[in-house]
Amino acid sequence: MPLFDQLYNFAHWLAQDRTEAEDLVQETYVKALKGFSSFQPGTNFRAWMYRILRNTFLTSRTGLKASATILLDSEDGPELPAGPETPETVLIEYSQSQILQTAIESLPLHSREVLLLCEVEEMSYQEIAETLSIPMGTVMSRLSRARRALREGLQQKLART
Amino acid sequence: MADDWTAKLETYLDGELSAGEMRDLDAHLRSCPSCAADVLSGIQIKRAVHSAGKRYTPSPELRQRIRKSIAAKPRVSPIRMWLGAAAAVALLLIAGFVTVTVRQQQLQRRHTFSELADLHVATLASANPVDVVSTDRHTVKPWFQGKIPFTFNLPELQNSEFTLIGGRVTYLGQAPGAELIYQVRKHQISVFIFQDRDVGHDLGSGSSPLQQLSFNIESWNQDGLRYFVIGDASSNDIRNLADLLKKAR
Repeated sequence: MPLFDQLYNFAHWLAQDRTEAEDLVQETYVKALKGFSSFQPGTNFRAWMYRILRNTFLTSRTGLKASATILLDSEDGPELPAGPETPETVLIEYSQSQILQTAIESLPLHSREVLLLCEVEEMSYQEIAETLSIPMGTVMSRLSRARRALREGLQQKLART
Repeated sequence: MADDWTAKLETYLDGELSAGEMRDLDAHLRSCPSCAADVLSGIQIKRAVHSAGKRYTPSPELRQRIRKSIAAKPRVSPIRMWLGAAAAVALLLIAGFVTVTVRQQQLQRRHTFSELADLHVATLASANPVDVVSTDRHTVKPWFQGKIPFTFNLPELQNSEFTLIGGRVTYLGQAPGAELIYQVRKHQISVFIFQDRDVGHDLGSGSSPLQQLSFNIESWNQDGLRYFVIGDASSNDIRNLADLLKKAR
């Protein structure tokens, strides 16, 4: 099955629950097969599969709850000021995967998904835009916001350790 | 001056700037320690997130469960049945399996491209993707002497966005051939060259761009050789590299 491992990983990050992630992936494949006629040859298959998975998630109970908090996130809000960073020391700590994973988990859904699609799935801005059905400019601003939030989250977590 | 670039650093790290802007920013980084430090820090974060983000692995049971649930879907009408079969073929092709025959010629063609996609992915996943490591075509081309039963020309890449990474010997349907790896921005592209009589059946003589497993592919025959250019780069990049190869003398 195409993209099986990647879709599952993404689903688990979205749902943050194994059982729910499994159901999401299963439903995605069933929907993909059923709606294959809607897939346009020549367009991006990967973005199409991820879009099905994400839409399935957003209509699930967990997804609805998560997307309700998204609405509080302003797309056009002011840029967050950069924190007093000490990149070298912080970055050494970044290799502590667990802290990083917790920081990613703590990101709001909009930030988490765009960051994972870019950094883990290595999608282009265009692919991410297709997957999330948003303009490329929004992809860039969400990514920037997500990275900033991740840095801040990491600094807070590291400060506590 | 640095402020002008700061806003572009993320786009640069994501490999999304235009070739011209990439070059300009590269030049700027050599003279601006502050931006260079930001880029280094950005690279480290990207790497860390990339590896930390690959966190969850599906169970083998889930794979079986989904396979069963897909197979058990009732099919109502002949049209639906055909669409289901077509979808299954497409999905299975991507996974490297061909189970349903649509038409022999089409199947052969798809099978070949699927094999090439597998070879391309296997190469990129390898710890040693190339056996001859060089950006110099005059080093890479002679390396194949005595290893494959034909020779070929590689293009001059000066003034282009492409970089030659190296090459290796590969096999398609037991036929030996050359695999060359090129890079454009962050994308790696494989160029496969075989004798057309070995692999060219049912592929046609002209140049044909298409998509397979989300990869863009261009294929043509020239002077008895069959060329395939495949990668996750844009179709424009694939076509540009194919054009350079076609003109190589």
